[in-house]
Amino acid sequence: MPNIQQLEDLTTQVRRDILRMVHKVNSGHPGGSLGCAEFFVTLYQDIMETNEGFDMDGKGEDLFFLSNGHISPVYYSVLARSGYFPVDELNTFRLIDSRLQGHPTTHEGLPGVRIASGSLGQGMSVAIGAAEAKKLNNDNHIVYSLHGDGELQEGQNWEAIMYAAARKVDNLISIIDLNGQQIDGSTDNVLPMGSIKNKFEAFGWTVIEIEEGNNVEAIIKGMAEAKTLTGKGKPVCVLLKTVMGNGVDFMMHTHAWHGKAPNDEQLEIGLAQNAETLGDY
Amino acid sequence: MKTYTNTGNKDTRSGFGAGLTELGKTNGNVVALCADLTGSLKMDEFKANHPERFFQVGIAEANMIGIAAGMTIGGKIPFTGTFANFSTGRVYDQIRQSVAYSDKNVKICASHAGVTLGEDGATHQILEDIGLMKMLPGMTVINTCDYNQTKAATLAIAKHHGPVYLRFGRPKVPNFTPENGEFKIGKAVKLTEGSDVTIVATGHLVWEALEAAKALHEKGISAEVINIHTIKPLDDQAILDSVSKTGCIVTAEEHNYLGGLGESVARVLAQHHPAPQEFVATNDTFGESGTPAQLMEKYGLNSDAILKAVNTVLKRK
Repeated sequence: MPNIQQLEDLTTQVRRDILRMVHKVNSGHPGGSLGCAEFFVTLYQDIMETNEGFDMDGKGEDLFFLSNGHISPVYYSVLARSGYFPVDELNTFRLIDSRLQGHPTTHEGLPGVRIASGSLGQGMSVAIGAAEAKKLNNDNHIVYSLHGDGELQEGQNWEAIMYAAARKVDNLISIIDLNGQQIDGSTDNVLPMGSIKNKFEAFGWTVIEIEEGNNVEAIIKGMAEAKTLTGKGKPVCVLLKTVMGNGVDFMMHTHAWHGKAPNDEQLEIGLAQNAETLGDY
Repeated sequence: MKTYTNTGNKDTRSGFGAGLTELGKTNGNVVALCADLTGSLKMDEFKANHPERFFQVGIAEANMIGIAAGMTIGGKIPFTGTFANFSTGRVYDQIRQSVAYSDKNVKICASHAGVTLGEDGATHQILEDIGLMKMLPGMTVINTCDYNQTKAATLAIAKHHGPVYLRFGRPKVPNFTPENGEFKIGKAVKLTEGSDVTIVATGHLVWEALEAAKALHEKGISAEVINIHTIKPLDDQAILDSVSKTGCIVTAEEHNYLGGLGESVARVLAQHHPAPQEFVATNDTFGESGTPAQLMEKYGLNSDAILKAVNTVLKRK
């Protein structure tokens, strides 16, 4: 298992990948991708138990579902750098005939992806289904899902949140990327959601908070705790407090880079802040 | 003319229930999900036999579709059950992204389709669902005509890999197709041989088409009745073979003429064999409360309506 320095080095490289991918096609979503870079790296390199290669059914391994599919750049970078497909393929992001669609999909057969996402609010239901299938198959592995905080404004989430608690789907860990931003501004300005923690708890979930969601060690510690809370009759929610645009100073703490690519100059500034640790694709 | 015997009125939804019960015993991967309509969908027996494979999701259809999509990951074959309106229009985007685009092996089983749902009225009487579902790439769309065919279709779709929309209804209607007959997805069934006019019908309108053919036979008009249970993929060849012989066609369905079977048939004819066609279908309208028979009469969906359409189309030959 990689050590903390290795995880941090990979995170830096993933940030470069994200910036270069969206810059090349002048489109995509760098803000949320950068905010979740530490989480994805830690999830795939440390937290999840996965089998060699890729099998859609994912029996005998942990599964991950990305519900807020627009942060595909970080997903693709980490999947590639975890061995699911060649790193060079990151060059094809959002281009015609690519497996790396703007939003993730199974349609082109990209290894590592098990469901299409992009239209928001659907991923938790899918994760619950996969978790229920694991129970039927006596497969004692965990299903993880990631959701944006703004995404919780979609009503289907609350159907899923109610179901998971009622049916004791306790092999599910749903992570909420709590960055407080969405397209039109801060979540508090667009549609204040009150206490997400209180809401999940009121629905019957166990909730833990990771205050430093951009700190690899804090994520490892928090997710390890989350794992210990599975199998106890309740689904587990992790509130991951992140900074949108993390690691690129002019992109941080703002919704402005939700869905905007850097220009040439901005790319150079961003890359200068993130050294090439493992080699660019 | 070949005639068919009604062995007793039965509801198509009970055919679905019987098929599901059989699948429960024969296929351990089949799971069933329901959104608070277990009795209406006739899923009680499956639930009683296999409580561990039955998932009551409550009144939350979007979540049901998503859970079903997720269950396919791990090899399950989920059958979702609710009314046709809540199986399609209410959850279109969930089906589009999580099922169809993701190519998940989910069977969306929809009862109470069309106006024959009856007294509940237009909020529940979807007449647009065939169109919604057939537009989704990769989706198979099936509308069965009686109890036996619905049971056979339920068994057949479990063996077919890929998303399926199975549409059936509420009222008790004539049961006339063979018991334990083979159901071939995408293969039309020719019910009568004829030379003057082709009548292709789906769902509850198939029996009405046979009634119309009988009346036409007495008047010396020879009608070829084809049961199109699979609207997508459509059996183009069966339609073309018949129209090549008869030179005209009437399509009959309990659905809006926009987006339904009739439009699919018109596309085949326009491309390969232009011929006069008349549509027995609802005319871009919502339904209303009433008994199924009253509604079929008022909205022009019975054998009388088919006879009128045949008279019109014959004059256009």
